[in-house]
Amino acid sequence: MSSRDLILARVRRAIADVPRDGTPYERAFERGYLREHGNRSVAQTVDLLAENLADYRALVHHCTAGELAATIARLLADRGSASVAVPAGLDPAWLAATEVTRVPDSAADTPADLDRVDSVVTACAVAIAETGTLVLDGSPDQGRRRLTLVPDHHICVVRVPAQVVSSVPQGLERLDPARPLTWISGPSATSDIELDRVEGVHGPRTLEVVLVSGE
Amino acid sequence: MSGGTYLGMPAFPEAAHEAVRNQTLRGNLRHATHTIRAKRANAVAEVSDWAELREAGKQIKDHTLRNLDTYLVRLEESVTAAGGTVHWAADADEANRIVTRLVKETGESEVVKVKSMATQEIGLNEALEAEGIRAYETDLAELIVQLGEDRPSHILVPAIHRNRGEIRDIFAREMGAWGRPAPEGLTDTPAELAEAARLHLREKFLRAKVGISGANFMVAETGTLVVVESEGNGRMCLTLPETLISVVGIEKIVPTWQDLEVFLQTLPRSSTAERMNPYTSTWTGTTDDDGPQNFHLVLLDNGRTDTLADEVGRQALRCIRCSACLNVCPVYERAGGHAYGSVYPGPIGAILSPQLRGTGSEIDASLPYASSLCGACYDVCPVAIDIPEVLVHLRERVVQGGPVTREGAKVVVKPAKGHAAERAAMRAARWAFSRPGALRAGQRLASRTRRFHPRTLPGPGRAWSDSRAVPTVPAEPFRDWWQRTRGGNQDRTQDGTRGGAQDGKDAAK
Repeated sequence: MSSRDLILARVRRAIADVPRDGTPYERAFERGYLREHGNRSVAQTVDLLAENLADYRALVHHCTAGELAATIARLLADRGSASVAVPAGLDPAWLAATEVTRVPDSAADTPADLDRVDSVVTACAVAIAETGTLVLDGSPDQGRRRLTLVPDHHICVVRVPAQVVSSVPQGLERLDPARPLTWISGPSATSDIELDRVEGVHGPRTLEVVLVSGE
Repeated sequence: MSGGTYLGMPAFPEAAHEAVRNQTLRGNLRHATHTIRAKRANAVAEVSDWAELREAGKQIKDHTLRNLDTYLVRLEESVTAAGGTVHWAADADEANRIVTRLVKETGESEVVKVKSMATQEIGLNEALEAEGIRAYETDLAELIVQLGEDRPSHILVPAIHRNRGEIRDIFAREMGAWGRPAPEGLTDTPAELAEAARLHLREKFLRAKVGISGANFMVAETGTLVVVESEGNGRMCLTLPETLISVVGIEKIVPTWQDLEVFLQTLPRSSTAERMNPYTSTWTGTTDDDGPQNFHLVLLDNGRTDTLADEVGRQALRCIRCSACLNVCPVYERAGGHAYGSVYPGPIGAILSPQLRGTGSEIDASLPYASSLCGACYDVCPVAIDIPEVLVHLRERVVQGGPVTREGAKVVVKPAKGHAAERAAMRAARWAFSRPGALRAGQRLASRTRRFHPRTLPGPGRAWSDSRAVPTVPAEPFRDWWQRTRGGNQDRTQDGTRGGAQDGKDAAK
């Protein structure tokens, strides 16, 4: 007997006492919890996102669509970045105001190549206000997962309010599980030393979020 | 099973006895657990529907366990359809053999690991080492444990028993032997220690060809795996290598993508007291040109189906490994994680280890007693595991023995050694309570000899009476008093107050 069959047989014997009433999954339990917490206007939801991002040490910036290129150029300059990783589908206008060397996202590059890049600029798939979370789904304007992992400085652009939802349940509804997802809530951190939170371990130690409004 | 029991581990009382005398350990644990307790309470208070989320989490897990065969098969189908390969491991040895073979097939002799309870449980690092494969732990706390040749003492923070000074010393002393040495003049500030770990592990991440992980959740419907983490070491291991091997217990399934909306709210708040942990990765099979191109999922039983067969104990399989129960437990706070003799310490470990491993060893037979039954663990559990209920159930198993399932077969275990006096006392009580005449004679004898009763108990009872008053036997047994006074109706003194011999304190004067 294969281990697969062995384990499945053990499972069936173990739950033999449980009546199989055939209750379908949809009616098997109550989802008595809330779809979102509290009643907020759209503007308040965006404010909450900014507040929670900042609470976990992300640096939050606000601008209009017209100011975006200048904002990104300023952030890269302030950081002193010489190179920036660029997802294949990033709107070229976003980087129109900077002279920093572009490093296109490429499957041929090794992780060590990427380690020499100073910054990365991406869009996101959705942002969750209640938890201060950005979700990346590998779409062309976000690139491969490693692109936002190896460089130490990540600038993430969120279109507000279109990309902002209130809650985790609403966020999951918008996401496609077939895509590889990265949920980011603040810069890399650890609680491993005396259960106290310290920012900055392996992921980007600086996370800058640009909330861009009006297009 | 191998790997699960630390060899030569003494029973909990002896191990705890040593631990509570270690002042540094107690200070470290007290500091850490009290820090996280207050934070968790705040994080939970932020969501008004915590009770409903907890109930939904419990019901989703129960429904999954009741239909586990169906969901396992569905998961296998969806992972396979998404480009992954599914392996099944009945026990630790089989899982270790599968992973070792998969690593060897890549031609590599080193792997990077994300912190995983399942691989700790099966002793994977030791099994790989024996085959000449070096496994690098990349979680900060696991790194501290690995470099210090130590054992983990907490589910979430395996090095919780170490303070910053000890961590500094371990890094300064050991990092050089494993790769890049710690920076000169390393201090004990947490930020500097984190920086040292970043530099030390960077080169390992960048050259790694094989990553090994566990998973917090597996979604049957979509074949998606989920890893919840903080540092980014998880993302490194899950995305940079060419081959990813995930070893996951079969109980980690949830039916649908939507079910994650419950656990992604309850897990971070329960474990690190955060609204959301810094990084969560989800992946479904493989993605062309992004991340590992070879993905293997090893589904691990290793005592889980035996646990599932126990009608009371199976609720332990709802556990999402948040470790909130460790942080609130007064016994864990004082004894520390090592005393539990298992990778699963604390209240959840006290019910999980004796079920996964059986109650055959001294340490496992003692674990159900490693609790004051105060119930704080149940209160904080985000999937409402009634840990005290299972503890009492397992104590009964240890004392009385009885039918259990081991490696899929129904067997009858004998009562554990060391409980003979308790069993004799219970037998005597059963005999006496079922014979009213004997009970009455015994009670009268006790009442008449009460003047000679000692104030402390002799023999093994002495420890009990050291800190407690031995109850006084009344001058007249209750049943005699009831019969004589017809329930108190004819037992009034002249001034109308009730007298009676049942008041032991008065009669003793």
